[in-house]
Amino acid sequence: MAIKWPLFFHKLGSPRWFYRIGGMWLPWMAALTSLLLLVGAVWGLAFAPEDFKQGNSYRIIYVHVPAAFIALAGYYVMALAGAVSLIWKMKVADIVLKCAAPIGAAMTVLALFSGAVWGKPTWGTWWVWDARNTSMLVLLFLYLGIYALYNSFEREEQAAKVCAVLALVGTVNIPIIYKSVDWWFTLHQPATLKITQASSMHASMWQPLLVMIAGFYLLYATLLIQRVRVEVLYRERRTRWVRDIVLQAGSVRK
Amino acid sequence: MHPVRKQRLYIVLFIVIGASIAAGLIFYALRENMNLFYSPSDIATGKAPLDARIRAGGMVREGSVQRLGDDLEVRFVVTDYAHDVTVHYVGILPDLFSEGQGVVVTGQLVTPERFDATEVLAKHDEEYMPPEVSDALEKAGRVPQN
Repeated sequence: MAIKWPLFFHKLGSPRWFYRIGGMWLPWMAALTSLLLLVGAVWGLAFAPEDFKQGNSYRIIYVHVPAAFIALAGYYVMALAGAVSLIWKMKVADIVLKCAAPIGAAMTVLALFSGAVWGKPTWGTWWVWDARNTSMLVLLFLYLGIYALYNSFEREEQAAKVCAVLALVGTVNIPIIYKSVDWWFTLHQPATLKITQASSMHASMWQPLLVMIAGFYLLYATLLIQRVRVEVLYRERRTRWVRDIVLQAGSVRK
Repeated sequence: MHPVRKQRLYIVLFIVIGASIAAGLIFYALRENMNLFYSPSDIATGKAPLDARIRAGGMVREGSVQRLGDDLEVRFVVTDYAHDVTVHYVGILPDLFSEGQGVVVTGQLVTPERFDATEVLAKHDEEYMPPEVSDALEKAGRVPQN
């Protein structure tokens, strides 16, 4: 089956097509997500060696780092959807903007919480107001702010417009979070996984971490597509095609 | 591109660039205040105030940790390998506290050389390795960097 890519993207921009294509992909993505998370978790928690200094408490990294990755990457997804929504006025982009916020907030909470649990035995404190922790907390408030702001509007287009602007302004925070540990003195250590040089972690430890990161990315995509599909159904509830789907589902149950 | 969309694209770019410049100016104004702690060099050059609650951070100098008597009082030297400051502390140290390891201490400077700490936090570095690897490195005469 040959797919014409420009046409394919245009189709994704239509709620109806997004619902259909997303529905075809979801089972595969969910299966792959479960597989990667299961393999990564078992490998990281049971088979990877313990750390020479921290012992077993370092294993929190297998949740903390993937969650933090997604918290940052998810913000760019949301802001990009905001930009597309502002420029092209695409319905699906509005919906992605709305649906990305709570998932991103959940990932940020997970990263903050797992970091605190790790910080207590390692640093000796749950929390410290250094640049990394504080900018990450700001990210959580941005996510929650966008979620609350979106839901405070009656009209969806107006909500999308205002939230897109807030999301775009908030993108400033992402490089700050990422570089905070290099720019300023912080309690949080610099990045372990590096793009340009060798990682300062033993291979037997970072290999399961990569599996977990891939698993979290897929988990994010799966959750986002599912949420967007639900929102599409709700917004298009008065159209013919949604009615057909509902009637079909009803007749199957009978 | 449609002129209206092009105009909207410029608005988007304006928002992002404008916000970046604003953030850049804010952080330029804050500069040193963004740091969690003063380094021993900052203290030696008089940047850190005396008799105020501040944080200092650096490495615990090898061989500098002294237990005074049989209580919890401990004295150690925090260094950035350019300048030193001696820290006095009474209390329980975090598990990861050791010589050659990074620390962040909260307390006050009594004199530019003496720091009375009320809290000691261990600063972890980005090195992770299994115990066998660190043993092998030590045997080979290469102390793991931490």
